[in-house]
Amino acid sequence: MNGAQDLGGTHGFGPVVAEPDEPVFHAEWERRAFAITVATGFLGRWNIDMSRWCRENRDPRDYLASSYYELWLKGLETLIEDTRLLEQQVEAPGPAQIRALLAASKGAKVDVAVSASFRVSDRVRVKNAHPRTHTRMPRYCRGKCGVIATDHGVYVFPDTHALGLGAKPQHCYSVCFSAEELWGEKRNDRIHIDLWDDYLEKA
Amino acid sequence: MSHDHQHDAQDAIAFRVKALERLLVEKGLVDPAALDELIETYEKRVGPRNGARVVAKAWTDPTFRDWLRRDASAAIASFGYTGRQGEHLVALENTPKVHNMVVCTLCSCYPWPVLGLPPVWYKSAPYRSRAVADPRGVLKDFGVELPGDVEVRVWDSTAEIRYLVIPERPSGTDGWNAERLAGIVTRDQMIGVAR
Repeated sequence: MNGAQDLGGTHGFGPVVAEPDEPVFHAEWERRAFAITVATGFLGRWNIDMSRWCRENRDPRDYLASSYYELWLKGLETLIEDTRLLEQQVEAPGPAQIRALLAASKGAKVDVAVSASFRVSDRVRVKNAHPRTHTRMPRYCRGKCGVIATDHGVYVFPDTHALGLGAKPQHCYSVCFSAEELWGEKRNDRIHIDLWDDYLEKA
Repeated sequence: MSHDHQHDAQDAIAFRVKALERLLVEKGLVDPAALDELIETYEKRVGPRNGARVVAKAWTDPTFRDWLRRDASAAIASFGYTGRQGEHLVALENTPKVHNMVVCTLCSCYPWPVLGLPPVWYKSAPYRSRAVADPRGVLKDFGVELPGDVEVRVWDSTAEIRYLVIPERPSGTDGWNAERLAGIVTRDQMIGVAR
């Protein structure tokens, strides 16, 4: 989705301002919003890609006007409604189970043999595609050429996973771009972006 | 937005969260003790001190440093730092000629087991928009000016791989043990907005 979440390269937001001695949470409701989101996530009714999709899939004005945990709340409300969670009978994990679940989280790497379309040092171009649904292919790299720096292995593909259309496991790579390629400026900087096979074509 | 208006909006959000939590508890979908456990974990137990211990060990133990280069997830798991938002870790070593900096332009991906939850600026539009396009300008916001011959490598965390920057060991710390070294490693260095 070409939405407000895809911020790389946007102008006008001003300087980065860090808060000295920042607390982990700024209000009690942030603690609670964080905790209910993570806890309900463990019920297994949705995945992390669906969570991200529900946070970003909104009017760009709403996205930009909402704080981080506000977006978590709004995303969670949507997930609960979409999955009819409140009508379901599931057992909530207790504190000991939560601790074990946090530590044992397996992530998105998939142990299946899928052939890689590219190899380290291959030159690739990011497709000029504009999916209206969830994608992890930032706009600022579309149509741009880079070099495969690392093959991370086989990972769940977020674009289909976010829509409940399956994991579509495929290779994910660290692709290295020059600042000149992305921004048209000659300077000594590089940008690495993690991109899946389906986002890339041979350059 | 006026201060009062902001205050009202905050109250409205707080009310929504409270209502949702009550509903989830009533339906047996969340255990209130589990919520307290989650908050306690990320507010008190998991934070940048974990990452600092990893960095200090990398500075003092060449075998560990090699392991970190080869397989950061396994090397870091040896500390017991595992799990959510840190399942697939990569360590990025700064050198006199390379400075690494980490961002997530699409949301706010961050290596929780080693750094805890991200600060507000990391999740903010100014950082997410500029880190990839103007990293040296962002570094200046943090008071860091890099010579032009130092290459800046920005890592956009668009997938489930999480990055931890290993800063250079400062001079004048010869003979320090890992515990003392861990005391001088900062969160901002491990994100890459400090040198």
